[in-house]
Amino acid sequence: MIRFFNVARAVAWRSIHNTLVNPAILVPSIIFPLFFLIAFAGGLSRISDVPNFHYRSGYTAFQFVFVFLQSAAFGGVFTGFAIARDFDSGFARRLLVGAPRRSGIIAGYTIGALLRWALTGGVVTIAALIAGMNIDGNGVDLIGLVGLGVVMNLVAALWACGVAMFLRTEQAGALIQMPVFVLLFLAPVYVPISLLTGWIHDVANVNPVTAVLEAGRGLLAGSPVKVAIAFASLAIGTAVMAVFARRGLASAERAG
Amino acid sequence: MTPRWSLRPMDAAGDDVAVDVALPQPGTLGMPPGPRFLEQTLAVARRAMLRTARQRALLIFPMVFPLILFAINGSALSPATRIPRFPTHNYRDFLIAMPFIQGAMFVSITAGVDLARDIESGFLNRLALTPLRGEALLIGQLGGALVVGTVQAVVYLLVGIASGVTFASGVGGALVLLLLSVLIAFAFATLGGLLALRFGTGEAVQGVFPLLFVTLFLSSSSLPRDLIKASWFRDIATYNPVSYLLEGLRSLVITGWDGEALALGFGFTLALLAIALFFAQGAMKTRLARK
Repeated sequence: MIRFFNVARAVAWRSIHNTLVNPAILVPSIIFPLFFLIAFAGGLSRISDVPNFHYRSGYTAFQFVFVFLQSAAFGGVFTGFAIARDFDSGFARRLLVGAPRRSGIIAGYTIGALLRWALTGGVVTIAALIAGMNIDGNGVDLIGLVGLGVVMNLVAALWACGVAMFLRTEQAGALIQMPVFVLLFLAPVYVPISLLTGWIHDVANVNPVTAVLEAGRGLLAGSPVKVAIAFASLAIGTAVMAVFARRGLASAERAG
Repeated sequence: MTPRWSLRPMDAAGDDVAVDVALPQPGTLGMPPGPRFLEQTLAVARRAMLRTARQRALLIFPMVFPLILFAINGSALSPATRIPRFPTHNYRDFLIAMPFIQGAMFVSITAGVDLARDIESGFLNRLALTPLRGEALLIGQLGGALVVGTVQAVVYLLVGIASGVTFASGVGGALVLLLLSVLIAFAFATLGGLLALRFGTGEAVQGVFPLLFVTLFLSSSSLPRDLIKASWFRDIATYNPVSYLLEGLRSLVITGWDGEALALGFGFTLALLAIALFFAQGAMKTRLARK
């Protein structure tokens, strides 16, 4: 067990160190969520004038929850890019040879993803507060919102880790990113699900991200909804993606 | 002996294509002049187009991504049409301009990265030893991007029509939209070329891509400017030229023949093209300086 933690700690430290000392990695992961927040909360705020749009905390808060959770998911995705880069550079193969407990590698990368998102999520939150976001939820509600982000980050990181380890090339970037991006945008991003019509409403209804988003918005507004469903969806996602990531690691081990 | 200009595949695997240039042989300096500007441009353009055509896998994502966003946002943002004074009842009519601009931005990166690769591999330096004119090289290099831009524009137009977008300006308007969008793609491709010539690496060109995307987000891409609630955002969108590119394209779909919107759309496009070409030409001269 100690060897597992040693590997996880070393990989996590390297992951966050590389992020912090390399502006080309750090800046896009911070800038993108910020621009989504500006574009959605600023540019689309008139959407809140659509008849039957009701969200107590206002449109900035409504969009903040999406951008906050999106940044959590993309914290995991960007870690997948780093893993793919490690395979392309040959570092990951040396890591596989050197690590006494290889499952610690997955744990290390996911901890790195979480630390990376802690930075991005903090910047996005500060930006939203500066923009005048209302927070109507209490401390427990906000811990719940952060908890949703943490598990969302974990699910995305495990997915990215699995794909990167199966494909072991930077060209896997699009495959890591696109499903996450599409899944996020097939949720009710701009308006509550009750205002969606047509195919997007049907898809959003069965999209597990919808429950997470609605739970997050409810927690921020101080009127929690679907929190249990959201955490249950994320727990199932974590279990499935953990198996997927472990199989990806096994595939990388077999490839040598 | 006339200098020979041709373009031929360099290996059987088709991995590379090069402009085959034969310099004037000794003792031929008094002979007729070398290939004309147009021939030079076409030779380089043919190479650029072949190279682009061989990267089909890399072309699919930039073409499909704007369509995915169009499909999702076209439905997800449709409640926006219920905002009083929204100019159309079909949000896809409003949104159709966006894939064209997004596609043009992707084209700029493709063009810039391709040119940067020629700089990094030393191909441009070898061309500097030939009588090839810098202008011909620049415009020819952007030929591949022009082809991609044209194909993308046709695909976006067909997808738009298939998804129910109707043109208030009729068939003529659709053709003008195609023309303007190809021109926009060429202007952005020239900008990508300028970045490649200035920075000299593909990584640097790709690093600028987020900034291009930001200009799209900070424009009237999702709502008309007069309906943007936040005044600071409305001001940014008003000063952002990308808003006028979008509005020029959009006017043909929603309004019909709107002279002002078209003049601004074509005007900003041509201005971007002229400025990018001017600076890119200077940068190319520097790159090709015979030392």
